[in-house]
Amino acid sequence: MPDEFVIRIRSLTHRYGQTVAVNDLTWKIAPATIVAVLGPNGCGKTTLFKILTGVLSPSEGEVSIFELPFARERRIVLGRMGVVFQKPSLDGKLTVMENLTYHGRLFGLSGEPLIRRCTDCLQRFGLSDSMKIRVDKLSGGMQRRVEIAKATLHQPELLILDEPSTGLDPGARQAVMRHLHDLRDKDRVTAVLTTHLMEEADRCDVVAVMDKGRLVACDTPLALKSQIGGDVITIHAPDPSSLAARLLGRFQIPASVVGDMVRMEKDSGFEFVPKIVEAFPGEIKGISVGKPTLEDVFIHYTGHALNELESDEQNATRSA
Amino acid sequence: MIGSTSASTYWRATASLWQREVVRFLRQRSRILGALGTPIVFWLFIGSGLSQSFRPPGSNEVVDYLAYAYPGTLAAILLFTAIFSTISIIEDRQAGFLQGVLVAPVGRTAIVLGKILGSSTLALMQAALFLTLAPVAHVPLSVLSVVALMAVMAVVSVGLSGLGFWMAWSMESTQGFHAVMNLFLMPMWLLSGALFPATGATGWVRVVMMVNPLAYGLTAMRHCLDVGTGAGQVAHGPGLAMSLVVTTLFAVLMLSVSIRVANRRG
Repeated sequence: MPDEFVIRIRSLTHRYGQTVAVNDLTWKIAPATIVAVLGPNGCGKTTLFKILTGVLSPSEGEVSIFELPFARERRIVLGRMGVVFQKPSLDGKLTVMENLTYHGRLFGLSGEPLIRRCTDCLQRFGLSDSMKIRVDKLSGGMQRRVEIAKATLHQPELLILDEPSTGLDPGARQAVMRHLHDLRDKDRVTAVLTTHLMEEADRCDVVAVMDKGRLVACDTPLALKSQIGGDVITIHAPDPSSLAARLLGRFQIPASVVGDMVRMEKDSGFEFVPKIVEAFPGEIKGISVGKPTLEDVFIHYTGHALNELESDEQNATRSA
Repeated sequence: MIGSTSASTYWRATASLWQREVVRFLRQRSRILGALGTPIVFWLFIGSGLSQSFRPPGSNEVVDYLAYAYPGTLAAILLFTAIFSTISIIEDRQAGFLQGVLVAPVGRTAIVLGKILGSSTLALMQAALFLTLAPVAHVPLSVLSVVALMAVMAVVSVGLSGLGFWMAWSMESTQGFHAVMNLFLMPMWLLSGALFPATGATGWVRVVMMVNPLAYGLTAMRHCLDVGTGAGQVAHGPGLAMSLVVTTLFAVLMLSVSIRVANRRG
């Protein structure tokens, strides 16, 4: 019988000294879904990744994977799981094939089944011609492909990927997503990936928005976007704070300041744009109206843009 | 998931990591030069330089220094190989390879064993090569002495590799390891009886040599060279039984400590 949920997380908290990296997180992930954990650096997603791969033991809370308590059944769970790291876990001095076979043996494979699995994986990821090439001679995109091939060698039911697109060009990035969709459709593989890229999250079945260690929203990309009322109006203004305050006074619509922009959500936004421009002549450098994106969803739930926090808060998760 | 999770998986994982150590080593010629070439060059220079001027304490006869320093050079080969092999743990961690091993369904003990067995295999391979130079050093060999020597060197290697693993496991950079190597591992070899016997040394040096586990390993190796050859390597120092016991205990202790530190989860 298939597991009801592939991952169940209950009241998970992790601290590095005084810093809370993951804060009281409760979450369930259904089988055969591709889930993006979206958030800026320092939001706790790397810590979550480390806990889900068993590298880190959480300060508090429980994690069950395949309906098994991870802490107690670690080896069984790891045997059914594949992990793709941000920084490839390949041995550059070994060939593609050697990397796969040595890794396969760590997962209990040997002999003819091991060779067969390696050949299948090489074929699936278009690596058959490169099997005898040393990994340090391959491009970043190719190495990432070997990394994913390696992670799927033992036919895991769950893949956990840490920023799988980092350092890849758009073409290679799309290829990674294509492989994940393929694995989900053909083998019912569940994939959980961390990302800070909106377009990547948009191509997943479920998006979990993390901010400051908390899970602030979790749904399909469409559902998340539809939770935002109608359209999103973005106004470029020299003094965004003052404009936001006066917009609220004049039209009773809450407006938030994001960087040097004022942002508000409104049904039939295009009809409202002329009213704003007329109300504040000369104060508006530019105005745009559009359907909500995941960036808007992120701002809606967290009050700040995703890239605003990119540079800070990194130290908290790195100290592990 | 396919495959099994029994004891065979465990040994297969160990063997996989062990094999990787050997394959990697053979692909990096500079490492072979470092681990085998350096001790040989030192041995030839110092041995030839002191060839006719070395007179051990309590003896009136000049001893061929090339022959005296021969077992010490073997010990240096074991030590250098252990150092270079275990340093690769730090590189494995930095390059990312280790993270992939840590999420495999094998205990970390398999990682320790794979590394230490790999390192010891490389050490023995190089020591075996150096044994072909025994005639140059006028050190006679017999089948029995070679067999006994290889067995003792295997135990010494496990101890030294275990020591290296323990130190390297928690280290962030290879530079840190170099500092430890120069301050701790090199003196450990210098004061093992490789270059001079304890009997002629100052009091405190003699004390250090008495508590230096490598000194016992080296004495055991000298005993082995004497088996059926009359090489006369052991004039002073602890007996064979004592040397073997200390060497074995050291290997077991280092192996246990390495397994313990590797299983600590941060």
